[in-house]
Amino acid sequence: MATVSMRGVRKSYGGALEVIQGIDMEIADGEFIVIVGPSGCGKSTLLRMVAGLEKITGGEIAIDSRVVNNLEPKDRDIAMVFQNYALYPHMSVYENMSYGLRIRGMSKTEIDERVKRAAGILEIGQYLDRKPRQLSGGQRQRVAMGRAIVREPKAFLFDEPLSNLDAKLRVQMRVEIKKLQRQLGVTSIYVTHDQVEAMTMADRLIVMNKGVAEQIGTPIEVYAAPSTLFVAGFIGSPAMNFLETRVSSDGRLAIDGAALSPKTGLDPGRAVTVGIRPEHLATGGGLDVQVELVELLGADTLVHGRLSDGKSLVVRLPGNQVPTAGDRLPVQAYDGAWHLFDTETGKRLGTA
Amino acid sequence: MVENRPWLTAFSHLVVILGVLIIAFPVWMTFVASTHDASTMLRSPVPLLPGPYLIQNYKEILFQGYARTSGIPLTIALMNSMIMALGICIGKILISITAAFAIVYFRFPFRMAAFWAIFVTLMLPVEVRIVPTYGVVAGLGMINSYSGLIIPLIASATATFLFRQFFLSVPDELAEASRVDGAGPMRFFVDILLPMSRTTIAALFVIQFIYGWNQYLWPLLVTNHESFYTAVMVVARQATAVDATPSWNLIMAAAMLAMLPPVLVVVFMQRQFVRGLVETEK
Ligand SMILES: Nc1ncnc2c1ncn2[C@@H]1O[C@H](COP(=O)(O)OP(=O)(O)O)[C@@H](O)[C@H]1O
Ligand SMILES: [Mg+2]
Repeated sequence: MATVSMRGVRKSYGGALEVIQGIDMEIADGEFIVIVGPSGCGKSTLLRMVAGLEKITGGEIAIDSRVVNNLEPKDRDIAMVFQNYALYPHMSVYENMSYGLRIRGMSKTEIDERVKRAAGILEIGQYLDRKPRQLSGGQRQRVAMGRAIVREPKAFLFDEPLSNLDAKLRVQMRVEIKKLQRQLGVTSIYVTHDQVEAMTMADRLIVMNKGVAEQIGTPIEVYAAPSTLFVAGFIGSPAMNFLETRVSSDGRLAIDGAALSPKTGLDPGRAVTVGIRPEHLATGGGLDVQVELVELLGADTLVHGRLSDGKSLVVRLPGNQVPTAGDRLPVQAYDGAWHLFDTETGKRLGTA
Repeated sequence: MVENRPWLTAFSHLVVILGVLIIAFPVWMTFVASTHDASTMLRSPVPLLPGPYLIQNYKEILFQGYARTSGIPLTIALMNSMIMALGICIGKILISITAAFAIVYFRFPFRMAAFWAIFVTLMLPVEVRIVPTYGVVAGLGMINSYSGLIIPLIASATATFLFRQFFLSVPDELAEASRVDGAGPMRFFVDILLPMSRTTIAALFVIQFIYGWNQYLWPLLVTNHESFYTAVMVVARQATAVDATPSWNLIMAAAMLAMLPPVLVVVFMQRQFVRGLVETEK
């Protein structure tokens, strides 16, 4: 159990391009941090720098206030769970879990005790003699977790550990990993490209884009007040609607002609992108949506349509409201649900 | 096959049986010849069924040798062959697996140059470099020694290449997981890579043992003392002995014995051998 600090962490692979462009983050003891972002944004690279599998080009990483930049992975006292599990194929489950402990020269009885305890927690006790290839994906995933747990490390590092599982198992394991982390109280850094995983598991999350941490905060903060256009579009499903507009002379926004004109304190003429989440729209008054496609999800209905000025808009309605394609649907927004972003810089300006 | 076509099945069986007969017939004749006495084998027609001299012939060739040429017992030649074949085969595997490990898992200067240098030697069989090699071996005083028989043949580009390809197919995460677990490079090599290469090693063992056992030209050059002759050499020398009626029964007995070890290696290692060539267990 430990704190992890990243100070101006940078990474480049020799070329001019920086894969990680300066990340600052203080992770508290026992915190569950999720690094989320689209594929290729540098999540794995950042995690692997914490693990010691990748050299740190700039800045420093400290675990429990000890700078670990030049330490081998084994000396950092971390355990890692890989996307493809990376179990040793020729070793039994028991041997896989105990390998790291054997290398550290722990006594047989203590190894046995730890492996049995971890196997109990993960409910893989009856598979200890099996080889990885005789296990299902979900069981392999548990063994990989077990290998991390028995080490009793200062921090767990997960690199997309659930993306090789089917959807149902993914949801189940997501809950279990979170519970387990609570129970053990070990500081964890978890990488995923799946924003649902990020939202449900994280104490705090880092939303990354092209090697930059766009926002660091609790899931609710990130959802309620995304700090950039990128974060706003990435977090939340279905994604936020964006409408480009300008602030009119009276400081209001003209949305869909002037069908709606929420008040802002911004300078007239400024180019602004307005964001509105589909779930923050409801039927009645204001905007006039031409329905093009209706997706029935049971609990909800997703309506894809167009405003009269031709911009597309997604509206999320309760499952009992089912407009048909071709209908006109009057739509209004909750107060304060409009997110305002500077069109040029993508930075958050506030709500309206 | 999904469909059941009896004529096709019968036909394919016929082809296979014919093939087996064609291949097996000379071996059968060799065996038959090794069980008669010398005079029977010089008469026509040659017998097609085994005779009563099996034990006597094999005893003679094994413990007294072929008197008309050298007269060293074949046991000595068989032992020489065994030492040479095992030496070449184990040496090749050890050297090539460590070379491949270095090339795949370490970043050192001229790594690719080293790889290509090894790769290029694929194109140079022993025969091409045999004269300079002989010069070196003679210069080092290794004529008539096991080291002289083994060491010049011990490098193997093929095996290095095979191991390299196998190591490249091992997921990087395995090496990383073992690093996080605290294993150093050699520990990873011994604990993870070696056991995973088991089937590849078995396949190479079979191929290289046979290669080593069947060496002819090199042992012929580098030995001139009977006590270092190999079984293959002895068989060849018997058949070409001048000024004498060949004792075909003894020559064939020696041939049968020289054939036996490679056959046994294949029989006993067949399963791993096939798995090593077709399966990629990861
Ligand atoms: N060994 C490497 N050499 C050069 N570029 C790399 C290397 N590893 C990753 N990259 C680049 O770094 C970027 C981030 O990669 P990665 O951290 O794996 O992304 P993510 O895990 O977010 O999908 C990618 O653009 C990738 O091409
Ligand atoms: Mg990744």
